[in-house]
Amino acid sequence: MTTPQQGIQARHQQALDQGRFLIQHCAACGRHVYFPRAVCPHCGAAEPALVAPAGSGTVRAVTVLHRKPEQGGNYHVCLVDLDEGVRLMSRVEGLAPDAVQIGLRVCARVQVKDGKGLVVFDQEQTA
Amino acid sequence: MSVYPRTTPLTPQLRSLRGATAITGVGLFGNGESPGYTDIELLATAAHRAVADAGLTMQDIDGLCTASVLSTMWPMPVIEYLGINPTFIDGTMLGGSSFIAHLMPAMLALQAGQCDNVLVCYGSTQRSGTMNRAAVAAARRQMDPQPYEMPYDPVFPVAAYALATSAHMDKFGTTRRQLASVAVAARDWARSNPDAFERGPLSVDDVLKARMIASPLTVRDCCLVTDGAGAFVLQRADAARAGPKKPVHVLGTATASWHRQISSMPDLTVTAAAQSGAAAFAMAGLGPKDVQVAELYDAFTINTILFLEDLGFCAKGEGGAFVESGAISPGGSLPVNTNGGGLSCTHPGMYGIFALIEAVQQLRGEAGERQVAGVSVALAHGNGGTLSSQATAILGTADTL
Repeated sequence: MTTPQQGIQARHQQALDQGRFLIQHCAACGRHVYFPRAVCPHCGAAEPALVAPAGSGTVRAVTVLHRKPEQGGNYHVCLVDLDEGVRLMSRVEGLAPDAVQIGLRVCARVQVKDGKGLVVFDQEQTA
Repeated sequence: MSVYPRTTPLTPQLRSLRGATAITGVGLFGNGESPGYTDIELLATAAHRAVADAGLTMQDIDGLCTASVLSTMWPMPVIEYLGINPTFIDGTMLGGSSFIAHLMPAMLALQAGQCDNVLVCYGSTQRSGTMNRAAVAAARRQMDPQPYEMPYDPVFPVAAYALATSAHMDKFGTTRRQLASVAVAARDWARSNPDAFERGPLSVDDVLKARMIASPLTVRDCCLVTDGAGAFVLQRADAARAGPKKPVHVLGTATASWHRQISSMPDLTVTAAAQSGAAAFAMAGLGPKDVQVAELYDAFTINTILFLEDLGFCAKGEGGAFVESGAISPGGSLPVNTNGGGLSCTHPGMYGIFALIEAVQQLRGEAGERQVAGVSVALAHGNGGTLSSQATAILGTADTL
């Protein structure tokens, strides 16, 4: 068994910086994990493998942070439940803050800014 | 978590701790605005008052529990400053629930004879101090990183509580008016407490129309930012009976934590108070119906609703209707946050110790104009982080033993 050169947090971020969003899947218990960790929080097995999620999810909670227009105006943060069963903090792009509602179906995208990747979401396009 | 929530075993040893220790002294100092003071100066004065209240001197203190948001090695400067030589030291830091969470280790140390007189103390100049809240928040980003949340610029802690509030409203139909009624009830109690920081008129509409901070929470859904210090002394029951004040016995206590970051909270509408409360009640051999006064850490209006539900005072999802009915207000069936709470009395950053001290004052019958009649069992509940740690204490007078 080879020892990785860096921790799981760094490897997860490196993938993001290359435009790839990864979560973890634990082979021992079959559950998904996010945020990335060195042990599975469900069963205690050693480092679950990094896998690509489908990317689709549902907004589970949202708040609009109020800020003066000269400071950039209002913005929101939300909690998204991915269909794999993990939750993360993020934001939905392309909608006014007040238009981001609980239950909204969203799709993950990696936004790379100054070489640093960040998971954001877009409203899911209905077929 | 496959083990969550783990049931706290009610061993004979834990059962024997019921009532075996008592709070014999309490002290408050510097609530509101105390410019020109440092954290430790406020702490030391509150500690001095608590020790005197217990009929002791500082030299009698041989156990210490304390915590600070700013100093990670806080017990040492407190020991140095007070000139004490404790044989029992606990610096457990769980955020605002810490001082209630300190009870169990202190009780075990007292029962084992490791010490006789434990001082639990806290002081903060969050409002007036040289390091303001923005500077503290900036430092915390380095010292307590949350790399999967901070990139989205959530304003903590309010954004985390607002997210939990949105989930509760979505799942149970809880309304902003119901949330506001928590703030109004706290203010109505504060008006009977001369030491409360905010005592002016406040209506539900005032709360709703106040400046929005993080929807759905306005500034009036949020706790105060004050200075302040609180301290209490814990002794074995035999020594407590010989002291000058009516002892307030610890009948049951427990602490639980399920997460740190709000995005890792297993169910946004259920806190670990469900675990700490059940374990504390089991140890006390009591239930919610036995409690006459509840002091619940109200950092935000959603807290009171969540804790009323999770501690079993009403069913899950019915907290909004419960508070709107007037049940927690003066004259209601369950007086809650009788000092005005973190929303209207004081909130120097970690409020838990003030909830406990108010419960003690109610049990002693020393609460003045806000005194609730016939209190023999009171509950104090502390919360820490972003709904992350929960500590519950069931306290009772001697006739509950």
